[in-house]
Amino acid sequence: MSEQSPEPISKGTDGSSSEPPRFFDSPRNVKRTLVLLYFFCALVFGLDFVVDRHVEGPWEGLFGFYALFGFAVCVTVVLVARELRKVLMRSETYYGGEGDD
Amino acid sequence: MIELPPFFIFFVGAGLVAATRGPLRTIFLLAVPIFSALSLNGIPEGSHFTVALFDYELQLLRVDKLSLLFGYLFHLAALIAVIYSLHVRDTVQHVSGLLYAGSALGAVFAGDLITLFLAWEALALSSVFLILARRTPSAQAAAMRYLAVQVISGLILLAGVLVRLNDLGSPAFTFIGLDSAGGFLIFTAFGIKCAFPLLHNWLTDAYPEATPTGAIFLSAFTTKVAVYALARGFPGTEVLVYIGAAMTIFPIFYAFIENDLRRVLAYSMINQLGFMVVGIGLGTAMAINGAVGHAFNDVVFKGLLFMSMGAVLSQTGKINASDLGGLYKSMPITTVFCIVGALSISAVPFFSGFVSKSMVMVAALDEGYPIVWLALLFSSASVFHYVGIKIPFFAFFAHDSGIRATDPSFNMLFAMGMAALICIFNGAWPWLLYSMLPFPMTYEPYTTTHVLAQSQLLLFSALAFVWLRLSGFQPPELKGVNIDADWIFRKPLNWIATTTLRVGSRWNGVAQNAVASYLGYLGRLVFRYSGPQGVFARTLESGSAALWVAIILAASLLLYYL
Repeated sequence: MSEQSPEPISKGTDGSSSEPPRFFDSPRNVKRTLVLLYFFCALVFGLDFVVDRHVEGPWEGLFGFYALFGFAVCVTVVLVARELRKVLMRSETYYGGEGDD
Repeated sequence: MIELPPFFIFFVGAGLVAATRGPLRTIFLLAVPIFSALSLNGIPEGSHFTVALFDYELQLLRVDKLSLLFGYLFHLAALIAVIYSLHVRDTVQHVSGLLYAGSALGAVFAGDLITLFLAWEALALSSVFLILARRTPSAQAAAMRYLAVQVISGLILLAGVLVRLNDLGSPAFTFIGLDSAGGFLIFTAFGIKCAFPLLHNWLTDAYPEATPTGAIFLSAFTTKVAVYALARGFPGTEVLVYIGAAMTIFPIFYAFIENDLRRVLAYSMINQLGFMVVGIGLGTAMAINGAVGHAFNDVVFKGLLFMSMGAVLSQTGKINASDLGGLYKSMPITTVFCIVGALSISAVPFFSGFVSKSMVMVAALDEGYPIVWLALLFSSASVFHYVGIKIPFFAFFAHDSGIRATDPSFNMLFAMGMAALICIFNGAWPWLLYSMLPFPMTYEPYTTTHVLAQSQLLLFSALAFVWLRLSGFQPPELKGVNIDADWIFRKPLNWIATTTLRVGSRWNGVAQNAVASYLGYLGRLVFRYSGPQGVFARTLESGSAALWVAIILAASLLLYYL
């Protein structure tokens, strides 16, 4: 079948031996991207001082509610998922064969 | 234009596709959804193609705003999926794809429950080939589990329909509700196809095992038919609000620790279905509009994400996050399309999820479900984390895996481009979608509050991702299997079944021995009396026969005399 799993066209160990460096190969560009993210975070957080959000939900009117909620949710999910993985994760052959039955 | 039911056009089209090869087949594949959509456009609202079956009246084509929206959505999805799979040289996939899309159209246009049941089973039977076509042992095993669950859903639906026919005497598919046994059975059948919690496993088990192109068909139809059926039969059923809220929360954790990126998408599909189910449970005009509108957007952006991951799978042969990374260098166009899908599912302003997901959330607050609203908000924040960032990040960025591939064939890129355009169009200019929704409404998604609140939520979610990753809290992607509700079928129940078989076969042996020795005894007995030397095998002379006749006559005369 034509679409079944062709081998990758080339496979080096670091992938950068014979090709020009790409955007995220430079640590400076990675840092710039992150700084851009920090800037926008600060911007939307700061806008809470200025913009009077239309409030309907519980605790929605608290200062910085959405920002803090978004941050807290993701940290919670990661911490819970780390523990959950210990309970749920099995080897790939758990159901027999290569993940087969 | 001739009026024909869409499913008929698709079924005939599937026959033509099976009979042709090469460019002619390509033409038929493309023509079927386009021709059928044009034909549908010419059919006025109302019931068409009414057929009598025994005492019952079947409506093969009921056209109203609700069925029409899903009808056009399925035509669009079928067209995108067909374009995406044009390069595949596999008759099984092409034919079953069209049959499957046709069955979905048969279901949404069914005006009665008997037609719905037939389409329901056709959905199961036609779609299983899209998984089998992967032709690996694990796909075949998953396909059989998938088929079993789907057929059971159909049987429960049939039971419910029969009970309802007995109660009401009419098979009409209108509001059903949970106040009767029939209604409860039908609800359960819909719930299985809609991936209610604990009934969801067929989806996360089978979809990631489908072929790269088959998964696009699968992600569009079965679950959305169930959403349509719930919206038709159970709007305003309160238990759906809580079922939906659970569906938005529990898959997050699974998606988070899952390594197979298509399985991550399967879990996120349940999460998005949760929003629709909540909307149907709330049952107000705004909530139903939100549910249906989100179903429309979800088919397109989830299709786009499945297509981008299908492209990764078909170009690199790998789909696990732990094996991928750095593909943005060699698959730049796929990367961009994947990011558009990721932003859409995350409901970033100006992408499609933003204009539909929020309608359900606003309705939840309006109807007095603040806790459910918080659950939906929780889900909105984390969906960005585990799909919006995780999928593009681990496939295309993260560390460089060293894999160098190329962007996929033109038809695959074209299909992804179509879906990406629709995601952006619906996000930036939602009014066309809003005008197609079943109820008239005035909802303005682009208010300062909404845009600001959503931006805060998502940007700080991204910030959390960066912080967790830089601080090393983010657990690494690991190979493995995460046990889910199917564990109960695949481990304890499987053990009971195999043990029963083993014990059974041992006792079977004992029983067989007993029967065999008894039969042997019986055989010897028969042989003794009927064998060559047996009493029944003696040849008697005719004189002795005359003697016997005389004795019998004498006996009868004696009896008569007495």
